[in-house]
Amino acid sequence: MKVLVPVKRVIDYNVKVRVKADGSGVDLANVKMSMNPFDEIAVEEAIRLKEAGKADEVVAVSIGVKQSQETLRTALAMGADRAILVIAADDVHQDIEPLAVAKILAKVVEEEQPGIVLAGKQAIDNDMNATGQMLSALLGWSQGTFASELDIEGDTAKVTREVDGGLQTISVKMPTIVTVDLRLNEPRYASLPNIMKAKKKPLDEKTAADYGVDVTPRLEIVKTDEPAARAAGIIVGSVDELVEKLKEAGAV
Amino acid sequence: MAVLLLAEVNNGELAMDATAKAVNAAKALGDITILAAGGSAAAAGEAAAKIDGVSKVLVAEDASLGHRLAESTATLIVGLADGYEHIVAPATTDAKNVMPRVAALLDVMVISDASGVVDGSTFERPIYAGNAIQTVKSNDAKKVITLRTASFDAAGEGGAAPVETVSVPGSDGLSSWVEDKVAASDRPELTSAGVVVSGGRGVGSEEDFKLIEGLADKLGAAVGASRAAVDSGYAPNDWQVGQTGKVVAPDLYVAVGISGAIQHLAGMKDSKIIVAINKDEEAPIFQVADFGLVADLFQAVPELTEKLG
Ligand SMILES: Cc1cc2nc3c(=O)[nH]c(=O)nc-3n(C[C@H](O)[C@H](O)[C@H](O)COP(=O)(O)OP(=O)(O)OC[C@H]3O[C@@H](n4cnc5c(N)ncnc54)[C@H](O)[C@@H]3O)c2cc1C
Ligand SMILES: Cc1cc2nc3c(=O)[nH]c(=O)nc-3n(C[C@H](O)[C@H](O)[C@H](O)COP(=O)(O)OP(=O)(O)OC[C@H]3O[C@@H](n4cnc5c(N)ncnc54)[C@H](O)[C@@H]3O)c2cc1C
Repeated sequence: MKVLVPVKRVIDYNVKVRVKADGSGVDLANVKMSMNPFDEIAVEEAIRLKEAGKADEVVAVSIGVKQSQETLRTALAMGADRAILVIAADDVHQDIEPLAVAKILAKVVEEEQPGIVLAGKQAIDNDMNATGQMLSALLGWSQGTFASELDIEGDTAKVTREVDGGLQTISVKMPTIVTVDLRLNEPRYASLPNIMKAKKKPLDEKTAADYGVDVTPRLEIVKTDEPAARAAGIIVGSVDELVEKLKEAGAV
Repeated sequence: MAVLLLAEVNNGELAMDATAKAVNAAKALGDITILAAGGSAAAAGEAAAKIDGVSKVLVAEDASLGHRLAESTATLIVGLADGYEHIVAPATTDAKNVMPRVAALLDVMVISDASGVVDGSTFERPIYAGNAIQTVKSNDAKKVITLRTASFDAAGEGGAAPVETVSVPGSDGLSSWVEDKVAASDRPELTSAGVVVSGGRGVGSEEDFKLIEGLADKLGAAVGASRAAVDSGYAPNDWQVGQTGKVVAPDLYVAVGISGAIQHLAGMKDSKIIVAINKDEEAPIFQVADFGLVADLFQAVPELTEKLG
């Protein structure tokens, strides 16, 4: 079985995000970019499936600017076998919407015929939480979202999902799309020898046009603002003072 | 212009708070029809009919809709989509599972977690863990939207909308439910509670989380946690507050032993009053706190619990 893992290049989660003064968006020039943390978890799970003998090949795919190949090299260094880069934008500030990403991924799936697609639950830049579900819809496949446990048994998979009420376990028919949540696993770091080896692994370069997908956004960005700042608070000296302040504020 | 609103139904019961907040958020968009779908949903439909501003309620009951499996629920909604310009739902994990699937089947983009409705096609939504608010205008014929409940007040009750039953396409056999692991609790639900007390890694263990729970019970509060506390096994996953957990905006939020990483702040910084208890005066949580107490939580929390008597 082949595993397809879509990985997105996003602003590193430690970087303090700066909204551009003209309201046109977030400044992404010269900031550290990394693999979306959820996608690291997806890559890790794919590699574990291979190590457990349940998968024989792990293919990573990224859609975006040319620099996304760095993200793919990270996936290869972690242990993916090969990578596909679909260039769909020439400026990092131009993000591709989940619907367009899903349409491109659907074509990649048609070509690659994976038994499972492991995606992140959400990308930490746009926080849409949508791509996996959209891909599943386009393919008419089953979906297991927000997975904290995955167990593939023949032509079905058991997926335990993190939901508002706690945990839900469902059984999905293979092939399937699983989107991964934080507690599925702890991703490994790539070792130096593996980083070197990754440079020689195959990385195919395509464009959105190769797949005949129109990536024109459906959502127009009107403006991007800083959120309202909170008024400065005070430091209290004791629990007694805290109780007093809370009573004054009518909070208790 | 008409709105189809997917009610939040859990095991046959309407989640009134989440649904009523979505109704209030969507009322400017047009006439609201509520869809109550589930293995059993009639009672939820009756309850939803009482929400102010609802014109009609559709009830869809079928085993295939039980446990809100995404595939069957999305097929049902797409079958009903004609005649509605907006298809909306409160941004719960259920809706986040279903609505992007609905959008893709309709060949439109989904607008996730909208925190503001500007007009019929323009919406605000937080991006980058709430570090920026983006205003987006949809050029799609239909708008599929999930609404961040923490950003809206609940619509009142007192209506009496007519309730109709709709037929259900049935199961496509793609997925089936196995089990739920839900911890029963007498505490208020996290996303609708007026007071939330959250613990972080600083609490140190599952046992010591009892301190947090004790303070919460004294305040009639829900209990929350940071990701680090959940990852370390001190607290269950459904208590996680933050960018990738639940978003809350209670009247009072008490953060104990939480450093205040942006991913955590994303889930609670719209709370009315924030209290932080942390032994490190440099902790970023103090930057958003109205009242900060630099103290060891193992002394401060029991003392606070006692003195709130
Ligand atoms: C600076 C900036 C400019 C923007 N400009 C525009 C604009 O001009 N017009 C417009 O309409 N929208 C614009 N957007 C918004 C943007 O198009 C969507 O809101 C965004 O794509 C939301 O999706 P997400 O990345 O959060 O995906 P999610 O659905 O949250 O991603 C989930 C998972 O899908 C997979 N995935 C997602 N994307 C990719 C990818 N590219 N490659 C491989 N795998 C992927 C990953 O596994 C990921 O973990 C802009 C956004 C930004 C930040
Ligand atoms: C993709 C991604 C998504 C994430 N999503 C979320 C999310 O949704 N929610 C979330 O919370 N985090 C999230 N995080 C994690 C986040 O970045 C932080 O790691 C996390 O919030 C830290 O939790 P904490 O504050 O409990 O722990 P720490 O940062 O370790 O802080 C512990 C605090 O406790 C204090 N302390 C220790 N002992 C005591 C004592 N005895 N008395 C008083 N104070 C004490 C310390 O001074 C410290 O400030 C996410 C991270 C990533 C990468």
